Amino acid sequence: MRIEVTINGHKTALEVAPDEILADTLRAAGFASVRRGCDTTNCGLCTVWVDGRPTLSCAILAARMDGRDITTIEGVAGEAEAFARLLVAEGAEQCGFCSPGFIMTVLAMKRELADPTDDEIIHYLTGNLCRCTGYMGQLRAVKKFLEVRP
Amino acid sequence: MKIVGKGVAKIDGLAIATGKPLYTDDLVPANALTVKILRSPHAAARIKAIDTVAAESVEGVACVLTHKDVPQARFTLAGQTYPEPSPYDRLILEDLVRYVGDEVAIVAAADERAAQKALELIKVDYEVLTPVLDFEQAIDHPAVVHPETDLHCNFDIGHNRLRNIAATHKVEVGDVAAELAASAVVVEETYYTQAQAQAMMETYRAFSYLDHAGRLVVVSSTQIPFHVRRQLARALELPASRIRVIKPRIGGGFGGKQTAVAEIFPALVTLRTGRPAKIVYERRETFTATNSRHAMRFKVRLGADRDGLIRAIDVECLSDTGAYGEHAPTVFSVAGEKSLSLYNKARAVRYAGHAVYTNKLPAGAMRGYGATQGCFAVESAVNKLAGALGLDPSALRLKNIIRAGELDIYHNRILGSASLDRCIERGRELIGWDEKYPSRDLGGKVRAVGMAVTMQGSGIAGIDTASAEVRLNDDGNYTLLLGSTDMGTGSDTILAQMAAEVLQTPLDAIIVHAADTDVSPFDTGSYASSTAYVTGMAVVKAAGELREKIIAAAAGLMNAAPAEVTFDGAVLTGPAGDRLTLAELAQRSVVGPDRRQLAGYASHGSPVSPPPFVAGFADVEVDKETGKVELLDYVAVIDCGTVINPNLARVQAEGGLVQGIGLALYEDVRYDERGGLQTNSFMTYKIPSRKDVGAIRVFFEESYEPTGPFGAKSIGEVVANTPAPAIAHAVRNAVGAWLTRLPLTPEKVYAAMTKQPKERTCT
Ligand code: FES
Ligand code: FES
Repeated sequence: MRIEVTINGHKTALEVAPDEILADTLRAAGFASVRRGCDTTNCGLCTVWVDGRPTLSCAILAARMDGRDITTIEGVAGEAEAFARLLVAEGAEQCGFCSPGFIMTVLAMKRELADPTDDEIIHYLTGNLCRCTGYMGQLRAVKKFLEVRP
Repeated sequence: MKIVGKGVAKIDGLAIATGKPLYTDDLVPANALTVKILRSPHAAARIKAIDTVAAESVEGVACVLTHKDVPQARFTLAGQTYPEPSPYDRLILEDLVRYVGDEVAIVAAADERAAQKALELIKVDYEVLTPVLDFEQAIDHPAVVHPETDLHCNFDIGHNRLRNIAATHKVEVGDVAAELAASAVVVEETYYTQAQAQAMMETYRAFSYLDHAGRLVVVSSTQIPFHVRRQLARALELPASRIRVIKPRIGGGFGGKQTAVAEIFPALVTLRTGRPAKIVYERRETFTATNSRHAMRFKVRLGADRDGLIRAIDVECLSDTGAYGEHAPTVFSVAGEKSLSLYNKARAVRYAGHAVYTNKLPAGAMRGYGATQGCFAVESAVNKLAGALGLDPSALRLKNIIRAGELDIYHNRILGSASLDRCIERGRELIGWDEKYPSRDLGGKVRAVGMAVTMQGSGIAGIDTASAEVRLNDDGNYTLLLGSTDMGTGSDTILAQMAAEVLQTPLDAIIVHAADTDVSPFDTGSYASSTAYVTGMAVVKAAGELREKIIAAAAGLMNAAPAEVTFDGAVLTGPAGDRLTLAELAQRSVVGPDRRQLAGYASHGSPVSPPPFVAGFADVEVDKETGKVELLDYVAVIDCGTVINPNLARVQAEGGLVQGIGLALYEDVRYDERGGLQTNSFMTYKIPSRKDVGAIRVFFEESYEPTGPFGAKSIGEVVANTPAPAIAHAVRNAVGAWLTRLPLTPEKVYAAMTKQPKERTCT
């Protein structure tokens, strides 16, 4: 079936199978930053924004995206890089495989929460697993990022 | 030092963090076939018949391969230096399946949908056999996991196929029985450590194609490109010269990718069809059909005199290697070696036992490689001994641990560097040991602290070798060629830091290339905590050689002796004050006849494997109503010699500690009674999330390792070892009962707590 979506600001028509999940559609369309770490909505690696809200693209059918607005990390490159610089300065990207989904969640959090506490930050990001870093360095980077005024 | 010791950013950090297409699955050719595997539903079965006709007729299917279609040379997938100590007990496909998930058939099709459909149409007629699932029952069980007669071992590893014994190992120094008999206090306990999943975020994956010369190219998310090439050559009966293995960016390994679980399947399909092929393991497949940490049982006896000097350590171990013996003998021996070497005041030590086959997921390499398991057992016993002697466990350790310059009883070698005593002292202060030990009853909860120490190695002594090449390019920059594998650890960066330090050049003047078996110098791969130490020394030597060549070349142009020329990294100055920039020299080295591009090349292997050390301290709260353990604070003080990059070392330590915390508290590979894996997703196999870890605090107490690059030792594995015994110790101090089986789930803690209420020691 045919859907019309906006991906990173560009209107696109895509041919998708009825049972196709969004993560696969996006990867096939060239958005390699969308990664999968599980198939059970546990890891958060596949996080993109749908109409501005962080969404697990492994758990949503592409068919449902007709008329919606999708953002991947490629669509917020400047802001993502600003945060990635802090993350990298901290050494808190290791394999980096979880980073795009994590960054999309962090950027969404920054829009949604004003002056969050450590607990609120941790709560917001809990759905994003990372097997490499142990999370401490990520938290250090997030806190620095939140102090940076836009 | 200008660059070594600085927390510089990783050279590929920004690209990987922002999701650039650099990983295996991002690079697959568009027309690649999708490979899928039909897997056994039985823990043990013989395939009587297999019908692939319907599957082959599915539109888009390129081939369906069964045990009748594959080469018959047995091999091991363990990524170890040849000749591997692991038994050659595998075929690509066999008419016997040995665990739920074992490979039965390979399907390749134009797309996922066709491959999936074909899988469902393969008809297999199984004769279901009785499995052996309990590793404590494996030896002499009537069911034999490996009845085949063509199994091969490169060494005498004490393999006994008919008894389900994959490996036997024994080390004894001194007279253990006599020393135990003479000890004033003897503690004895049996400990169990469970299987743990590596659970790296990027699952196993590889793709393959034939190049312009008809050679097989395999691109894989692997820690061991050179070993993969050799394994493919053996399993596919192809000369290694016809194979090229390339490793792109890797989404985590943790030892899992030291076993080549996925590469053979697309490679075989490409050879059969001539077409590119890829395989991407699903998460479920990664849990059920790859490998995990070896589950182990330890019977420990410790003897000490009244003052707390440990006189004898006796450990008997049984290790569950599952259906295949990858890493079985070596993980087994490391469990003893790394935990018994710590206490060198002992007059006698013994470590012995077996690794056994069962009809379960094969075990393999995982961060810590047996030391993690051995550390839990021996450190728990040491804590128990402290209790029996009425001594503070940190004081007991300070009495008994090995120190720099002392002889290690296990290897009979002098220890080059160690600051473990300082690590213990500092950790005690940072956790607030004196105020908190052993525990405090808060009413509904009890708060308590516990500790453990550990060591690992740096590379494999006398076996593994790494090579490195540094070239001076025409424009005055350098290319550093490596065969090691950065799987997220930042090793490419720290190795470039070392080269930059020797050549006195900025980091961005170094181009790093790793790893491609056609181009890279040989390296055994990144495992055994070897990269910073072994490959690092190769880099230091190669860069040193290049530096000398640069000076000699400049001296030639200046008609001076090399000793008269100085080089500050950018400019060469001769005795008469004549100056030559590096860029000029570089250009001259490649222009015109009779020139020679300058390069340094070196190999390095080490006769020793200097241990890094950690002192770990846990501060926990146990809920008396539920038995739930909450980790509030974890302090690790680490001796990894010189810290090459403090930021990367810290994050690596934090990550390893969290994996150890997962092992301590809930990670558990569980089976049903038919041998099916129950924990086959992140729903059922829980790894720590950011809510589970409390505060993790990492500190370094540097020492200087004389055999290491700039004094460095390793850090990758050692950090995973202390959480389990330290947390178990804290739980003991909270609830008064020892827990001897990991993980420390609320059920177990509650049961232990209610069984022995009188033993509680609360202040
Ligand atoms: S891949 Fe979507 S949550 Fe794991
Ligand atoms: S950096 Fe590897 S999973 Fe997060």
